[in-house]
Amino acid sequence: MCDTCGCNITPGNGHLVASGGKLSRTEDGKAAVTVLRGLLDENDLQAHHNREHFDRHGVLAVNLMSSPGSGKTALLEATIDALRHEFKLAVIEGDLETENDAQRVRAKGVPAIQITTGSACHLDAHMVHDALHLLPLTGIDIVFIENVGNLVCPASFDLGHHRNVTLLSVTEGDDKPAKYPVMFRAADLMLLTKTDLLAVLDDFDPQRAEAALRQLASEAPAIRLSVRSHEGLDAWTAWLRRELSAQRQRVAQHASARPAGQPDGHRLHHRMAASARPGYVFLPAKP
Amino acid sequence: MHELSVCRSLIAQVEAVAIQHGARAVRSIRICVGPLSGIDPDLLQRTYPLARAGTVADTAGLIIEHLPIRVRCERCGFESEAAPNRLICTRCGDWHTRLLSGDEMLLASVELETDDGLPASPDQARIF
Ligand SMILES: Nc1nc2c(ncn2[C@@H]2O[C@H](COP(=O)(O)OP(=O)(O)OP(=O)(O)O)[C@@H](O)[C@H]2O)c(=O)[nH]1
Ligand SMILES: [Mg+2]
Ligand SMILES: [Zn+2]
Ligand SMILES: [Zn+2]
Ligand SMILES: [Zn+2]
Ligand SMILES: [Zn+2]
Repeated sequence: MCDTCGCNITPGNGHLVASGGKLSRTEDGKAAVTVLRGLLDENDLQAHHNREHFDRHGVLAVNLMSSPGSGKTALLEATIDALRHEFKLAVIEGDLETENDAQRVRAKGVPAIQITTGSACHLDAHMVHDALHLLPLTGIDIVFIENVGNLVCPASFDLGHHRNVTLLSVTEGDDKPAKYPVMFRAADLMLLTKTDLLAVLDDFDPQRAEAALRQLASEAPAIRLSVRSHEGLDAWTAWLRRELSAQRQRVAQHASARPAGQPDGHRLHHRMAASARPGYVFLPAKP
Repeated sequence: MHELSVCRSLIAQVEAVAIQHGARAVRSIRICVGPLSGIDPDLLQRTYPLARAGTVADTAGLIIEHLPIRVRCERCGFESEAAPNRLICTRCGDWHTRLLSGDEMLLASVELETDDGLPASPDQARIF
């Protein structure tokens, strides 16, 4: 909430709320209460709390997002095989129905909590919080959250994790970042998956997919990966190691990190501090 | 369809504001939405009557302000409007830009009906 320092007011929207601006009074000139809170504030506060859970235990939390079937669970299985002797991993699985993905992970000897969302097409911070209280974090290094397969809304919900990984399989078309800018802007890392299939797909160009990502002003690295040929697995695990050590440094300094794509990221800190004592700005009826 | 979750969260916030100000009812709700927020304003407008039913905002209208996408080039400093999937600098073409606006989804203001009325003169306008 930014009644005190105005941190929700950006250079782009400030003119709307300034005295006499479009939003400072209602149509008939009656006074209105200016709030300027994010519409997902409730979710964001819960996410903030979830992040404290992770940070308290020095855990790195990574959210995997993609269309259905792009290879999120297959990536988790391959990651467990690659890192099982190095790190303690845990998984939170989100699906509309079934425990299938959690069972695939448990079969590899890694704890997995399945969240079945029913009709909700994304995970939110409250669902993840419920899962966190079923998942002992002591001794865990990395928690992966496999979001519901969906290229639209998972990007809008902060779960309290630190990094977003967006998977794009080569069967989906290299123009996906241009078609789903909200999702791909939210990527801290883009994984181009199933690259073993490139040999039989003549129209997917990894460079075009990367170029579409840059058009979104994203600096996220792109890794080409296949769990069949093992291409890119080393680059992926190296990224995870770097992120885990960055997380440990942050924890040592009592700092945290939010994933890409969350609005007002740099302003959130203020908002959390201010939200403990709610208050609202009253604006005059007619300036 | 996450617009329903967004609407529910919106109504919860509006209810909190109404309670804090002892309002009898909410007359209107104004929100600001940018194209990169991930919210579809039309869907939100259609979902909204479901979310407000039976709440203090039962009869409140929802006014959606559309905010433009604006970016600032980190290399040449140029500011311009941009399309959702083309956030690069329109002057020098560099993709190192910063988003100035366009990803917002904000509850901007709420018009309340109270018994004692709200502060109405400019000098009463203050932060508390
Ligand atoms: N050829 C090939 N197939 C793959 C690769 N990765 C995953 N697949 C296959 O793609 C299908 C879907 O993989 P999953 O890992 O279940 O995909 P997911 O993203 O977890 O799917 P949802 O959880 O349902 O959204 C399976 O048949 C996998 O075997 C890969 O690198 N190469
Ligand atoms: Mg899966
Ligand atoms: Zn602030
Ligand atoms: Zn959804
Ligand atoms: Zn808790
Ligand atoms: Zn420029």
